[in-house]
Amino acid sequence: MKPAFSVIFLTTLIGTGQGLFLALFTAESYAAFGLLPPQTASFHAAGTAFVLLFLAGGLIASFFHLGRPERAWRTATQWRTSWLSREVIVLPAFMGVTFLYGMAHGLGANPVLTTLPSGAPVNVTAVLGTAGTVLAFALFVCTGMIYACLRFLREWHSPLTVVNYILLGSASGFTFAATYAAWTAPGLVRFFAGWALVISFIAMLSRIASLVRNARLKPKSTLQSALGIKHPRIVQKTQGAMGGSFNTREFFHGRPQTVLRSVKWFFLVFAFALPMILLGMATVAEALAPSLIAAFILQCLGLIAERWFFFAQASHPQNLYYQSVA
Amino acid sequence: MTQLALVIDLNVCVGCHACVTNCKEWNTSGLAGPMVDQNPYGKDPTGTFFNRVQTFEVGEFPNTETIHFPKSCLHCEDPPCVPVCPTGASYKRKEDGIVLVDYDKCIGCKYCSWACPYGARELDEHQKIMKKCTLCVDRIYDKTMTDEERRPACVRACPTSARLFGDIHDPESEVSKAIREAGGYQLMPEWGTSPANHYLPRRKIKLRIRVDEIERADNPLKIDGLLPRPDKAEPALDDVTSW
Repeated sequence: MKPAFSVIFLTTLIGTGQGLFLALFTAESYAAFGLLPPQTASFHAAGTAFVLLFLAGGLIASFFHLGRPERAWRTATQWRTSWLSREVIVLPAFMGVTFLYGMAHGLGANPVLTTLPSGAPVNVTAVLGTAGTVLAFALFVCTGMIYACLRFLREWHSPLTVVNYILLGSASGFTFAATYAAWTAPGLVRFFAGWALVISFIAMLSRIASLVRNARLKPKSTLQSALGIKHPRIVQKTQGAMGGSFNTREFFHGRPQTVLRSVKWFFLVFAFALPMILLGMATVAEALAPSLIAAFILQCLGLIAERWFFFAQASHPQNLYYQSVA
Repeated sequence: MTQLALVIDLNVCVGCHACVTNCKEWNTSGLAGPMVDQNPYGKDPTGTFFNRVQTFEVGEFPNTETIHFPKSCLHCEDPPCVPVCPTGASYKRKEDGIVLVDYDKCIGCKYCSWACPYGARELDEHQKIMKKCTLCVDRIYDKTMTDEERRPACVRACPTSARLFGDIHDPESEVSKAIREAGGYQLMPEWGTSPANHYLPRRKIKLRIRVDEIERADNPLKIDGLLPRPDKAEPALDDVTSW
């Protein structure tokens, strides 16, 4: 497939936003149970503003993917069958809950609703945060399923696709939370960086698992099944157009295999190896703001490369009909 | 239930592209148009087509066979492009099984084209919406036309009658008979999309004629005369030098 930068930025940006929200609410939940010192309301309010920035950035990027963005509102209608439609519903819902969560913190409108038997208080933000967490995961599932549900694109048609979206988004979100905490709440750097390290590591394992799976895939469709001619040797002579078509533009990444291989190693190093080293340094040493910024930037570059590779690697069966221009 | 479809005879198609041209001509000015071209007279001309003829060579020289392969939307009975559409612009008509795009609802997200294993959908670069074969839905129900004219433009144009059109759910229709009797098959059956369009395979046709089939040896009514033969004394072609 041809990687579209609109979709690459959409998925990486909202993934980071969702991960950051999960990071913020994890810290708040820890504090509610007395496992971390309570954070200030402004820490959460400003953090939530960053979540909204990431989500809005992704949303804006997504519009560049559409031929007719003015009709985008229609996408909310087919939630019964289309994962894309479900994503379009869940994203604004998540943004709305995130906004309320941020406002509750920012305005200090955070009364205790009830108390758990253990004595832990349940605030308005705890309810909103739980709802946001559910929606964040729902959004990850929707985004992943958009690709995983296409059974012809066998590189994508796997539960690993959804798992990777969850883990990669969460990893970058927690890395950003660590960077953000270096300025606003230095006491939390070790907590966020530690989780970012753990999630990045699991994400690396799951991404490598999908790389291994995809390397072993055998194409289900062949030129023989595409034409219904059983002869083992079939060569395409013309494809019905001399100057290319939508089919030759949309489904080929147009780069040599060596580029694909280098991008794979680039993202394995930049999305996982380097950030994990830098995050590890931040957990053992005193707060190292520059190394955390570097970790986040490198991981973002790595994840953009990862998403590029994700699209480029998927080979569409329609390409069987478009092997030679003449 | 009706399922309209095309049946394409690969044994007959000569790859003349008349179906492509007539499809473009009819549809660019019809309900599904315009089908805009970019750079039509420049370098790398490109544009929207509902139907293309591709050519494949089967076998190894000198034992090769050329297959001309017309490809358009197959109007799958279980179309994977329809459920993924987020706006409901892609739909399959219940009454005749034609898969269509509502141009006023399509947002041009290209997701349906990803979900089609056959590459049957093309984004119109001018209108920025997804387009595909309509089976000439604006022709086949047009009561102002004669029955003969009320068929898809590609079928009308085909000079060798390689394209048949009809209801594959009606066992007595021309297309059902062709599928049944000439080994009609579907493309990429492994995905379970159940394409409505079928292809008829190439066939080896050899006509063996023995002498007694031209000249009846038994000649029951003694009506058949014998074909004239050259006299034994006449020089044959390889005997030209004999005189």
